[in-house]
Formats: sequence, structure tokens, C-alpha cells
Amino acid sequence: MTRFLAIRFLRGLLTLFLVLSFAFVILRSTGDPAMLIMSADAPPEALEAFRKGWGLDAPLWQQYLGYFKNLLEGNFGYSMRDKSPAMELVLARIPATLSLAVPAFILKLVIGISAGVFAALHRNSWIDRLLISLSIAGYTMPSFVLGLVLVLVFAVNLGWLPSGGDTTWQHAILPIVTLSLGGAAVLARFTRSAMLEVMGQPYIRTASAKGLVWRRVVLDHAMPNAAIPTLTLIGFMVGSLIAGAVVVESVFSWPGVGRLLVTSVANRDLAVVQSLLLLVATTMVTANLLVDALYGWIDPRVRSGQEARGKAL
Amino acid sequence: MPLVIKICAVWVALVLLIALSADLIAPYSYSQLDLLARLTPPVFFGGSTAHWLGTDELGRDVLSRLIFSVRISLLVAFISTLLSAVVGVLMGFAAAHFRGWVEQLVLTLVDFQASMPFMIIALAVLAFFGNTLPLFIALMGFYGWERSARISRGLTIAANEQGYAAAVYDLGASPWRVYILHILPNIASTLIVSVTLTFPEVILLESGLSFLGLGVQPPMTSLGNMVGYGREYLQTAPWILLAPSLFIVITTFSVSMLGDWLRDRLDPTLN
Repeated sequence: MTRFLAIRFLRGLLTLFLVLSFAFVILRSTGDPAMLIMSADAPPEALEAFRKGWGLDAPLWQQYLGYFKNLLEGNFGYSMRDKSPAMELVLARIPATLSLAVPAFILKLVIGISAGVFAALHRNSWIDRLLISLSIAGYTMPSFVLGLVLVLVFAVNLGWLPSGGDTTWQHAILPIVTLSLGGAAVLARFTRSAMLEVMGQPYIRTASAKGLVWRRVVLDHAMPNAAIPTLTLIGFMVGSLIAGAVVVESVFSWPGVGRLLVTSVANRDLAVVQSLLLLVATTMVTANLLVDALYGWIDPRVRSGQEARGKAL
Repeated sequence: MPLVIKICAVWVALVLLIALSADLIAPYSYSQLDLLARLTPPVFFGGSTAHWLGTDELGRDVLSRLIFSVRISLLVAFISTLLSAVVGVLMGFAAAHFRGWVEQLVLTLVDFQASMPFMIIALAVLAFFGNTLPLFIALMGFYGWERSARISRGLTIAANEQGYAAAVYDLGASPWRVYILHILPNIASTLIVSVTLTFPEVILLESGLSFLGLGVQPPMTSLGNMVGYGREYLQTAPWILLAPSLFIVITTFSVSMLGDWLRDRLDPTLN
């Protein structure tokens, strides 16, 4: 188990390194931040001074090494717009995004898993068909369309909820619902097929033949086994929450990390974009590590079958 | 074929027709201004038949813009999906053929691509390489290649162990010949299903990025673009963004349903 996790951890570090290098190369090798931050008709001496000040005139490999050296010292660069430390800017926005992402995640899990299990247990009934159609509609609808439609219905026409900003808790309702519905739809579908596969297994028939109450069969035997593939999906959902937050925060003018990414990308604020990428990559790597650890905890076969798995990976 | 699938197929065919014949069927050019008729509603909501779906804030006909948007969005989605399929299959073949460190490299890249949310990477790349259409399509082409790569690698490894690949090798065929003429047709159905399911996701990705203003740039118009620019007029002229939104939803729904149905029918890896 520890060996398994250790390998995953190292792979995670490698991923982080790749992400950062990738970000660095892309962000520095094209486009001239000097031209963008200071307007295009600034005098050439001002542009040169800007470039020198931010170290943009050194050769690329020097900037690269300098960047990693700074990272290890905890210096994540400074925003080119307002000279404040980039990572602080990013970290300041995290609570806003978390206040959307965490409730949305919980809502996704609750709605998605219960809908999926329910549909699987009532297979081919009208409820099952309704839930399947709803879930397909849910994940084929883009989140910005869903958000805008909700705003149109609830804010513009009914006037029940506000349409943007983040001052009261009512402001959070629509963004959270928008963020969670798409993922809930995917999760419902997946849980349904995982449950169906498990329910067709012989051990379920045995458990029921043993005389167990149906509820026990579902809760103790079916669901834990269906949880395993679902867990991978949940790991990916963290990534899609982040991506979804980018769009949802733009639709609802929510001052979170996603909106910061869009604006700093539009402004070519290099250090902020890099800090954001680092944050996202770290979150993803951590989420995947957690999922792997949970696998080991839930599925005893994983713990005992390490060598075989290691080779297959 | 169930009725729903038939309807979806008809819709997809209709969308393709619209995209191909955009120049012929659109009543106006997509950038033609009619400043005297700004923000007129669609024909059943108080407007006239001069503009069936109404006009936007510059007096441009929403229906024409919709038609041209469909063409551009579909163009981007088709080319990108094709690119990602080709790249993925080639990488998968390479991994399965060479094994060893090449395979490890491909697997690490696949892991990397699969673990990072693509929109984040796309945003970073877009800002710095700019938003010209060919570059945008190339970027979209990197979406989903890891699925084709995984599928083609797995199935090729299995195929290599079957008799027919060894037999053709023994007859003196080069590896290219074996892969393209013999192995590829056998793994095609699984690949086609995966590609059909990636296609709507590319449409959603492109429209999301265009909505944020970072995708297809004006004066070119795409479905996401229209929604993004129509957002300001949500209260006063909602038809500007509702028409493209509806189109996106129905089209991605139809392609997803078709892909699901195809998978149930074609995929030999399911039993």
C-alpha cells in the first residue's frame, strides 16, 4: 500500500513539474507582456525598462531556472498589473471559489448517486427512463447556457433570486445549482450503469437468497462494489469543478479563482496565470492521490494485489 | 431504430446541411447591419418576417448569424475531433508497437492530459498564442486524444497477439501496412464510438471558450460567441442568446444520443 502510494506520489510530482514547465514555456515564448500591459504606443525606452524590470530580456533558459529557483524559495512572482505578490492574489480568491465548489460537490454527490442508484433499482420503469433523459440533457447542456437560463427564469422573470455578485447567501444559490447539475447528471448515469453491472452479479443473488432484507443487500453488497469505478469519476469531478467554476463565476460575476484566471489570461498577467496553474495542478494531483488511497481502503483486493497491479500500470 | 434516435439522426443531418449550405440559405450576411431595426424581436413575438429570429444590438439578423455560427462551430468541432483522433491513434499505435520507454512516455502524457482540466490549459495557451482560427482549431485538436490513444494502444496490444497480425508480418508487410490496413479496421468501431462521444464535448468546449471571449473572435461568429455577446441583452432581448443556446443543447444532445446508440450496437468490447 505504501509502495503503491509512493509511486503515485512521485508521478504526481512529475505531473506538477510538467505542468509548470509547460506553463512557463507557453507563457514566455510568445506574446510580449510589455506591449500589452503598457499600451502599444508607449515609447520604446519604457517598454525596454519594463522588460528589464521583469527580467523578460534574459535568455529563456535563464528565466526558466530563475523561475524554479524562486518557486523553491516561495516566491511565486508578482502580478504585472498591480505589483502585488501573485500567489497572494490567488489565495485571496480561494474562499470565494470554495464557497461555491464545496456545496456544489456535495450536492452533485447527493443528487447524482441517489438518482443513479434509484434508476438502477427501478430499471426500465418510467422513472428510470425519465432520469436517464434528464441526465443526458444535464450533461449535454453547457454550464453557461444552464446558468443564463436559470438567471432568465429566476432572476429576470420571477425576481426570486439575484443574478450576479456575491453579497448575500441568496447570491450563491444559482451558481451552486448551475455548478452541480451538470456533474450530477454525469454521476447519475455512471452510478446507474455501475449499479446495474453489480446487481447482475451472482453474489447479489446469493445475498438475497440468504434471506437478507433487500435494503441490506443494496447497502452492504451492491453499493460498495459499485463505488469503485464511481470513485475514479469523482476524482475527475474535482477537475471539472475547477473548469466549471471558470465559466460559472464569469456568468454570475462571482469574484473567485476562475474569474481571476479569465481576466489574468486576457491581460497576460504571467505570474498570476502560473500561480493559478500551479494551484490547479496541485489540487488535481492531491485529488487523484486521495482517490488512489481510497481505492486501497475500500477494495481489499487492491491492497493485496499490488505487484500485479503495478506491472499492469 | 427507436424513434428518438431517428429524430436525433434527422436533426444531425439537418445541422450538417445548414453548415454546408450556409451561404445559400442565410437571408443576410452575418455582419450586415440594419441600424434602423436594432433589437427587434422574433417573428411570433412582435417582429416581422424580415428577421425571423429578430435582430441584435447592431441590427444584424439573428437567423443569418445563427446559420453561419453553426457552420463555424461545426467546422471547428469536426477538424478538432479528426485531429485528436489521428493524434491519439498514432500515439496509441506507437506505444503498442515500440513498448519500452516509448510506451511509458505516451502513458505519462496520457495521464497528464487526463488529469488536468483541459479548459485551464486551453485558457493559458489561447492567451499567448492568440486567437486566430487555425491556432484555435489546433488547440481544440488536443482535446480527447488521450482516449483514442488509450483505446488504440489497448486494442492494438491485443490484436498483435492474435494470429492475423503475425501472419501478415511473416508475409513481409511493413509495420505501417499492418497497422493501417489490418489492425485499424478491426479497432475502428470502438474508436468511432469514442470519437462520436468526444464530438459534442468539443462543441461544448469551443462554445464555452467563445462565450468567455477567448475563442472564435469577432467579426467571425460562433454559437458560443453569440451567447457571450447576447448576454448583455439578457433582460431586454433574450432571443439573441436563446436561439444559439437552444441550438447547442439540441445538437449536443442528438450527437450524444446517436453515439450512445452506436456504442450499444457496434462496440464489440461490451457484451
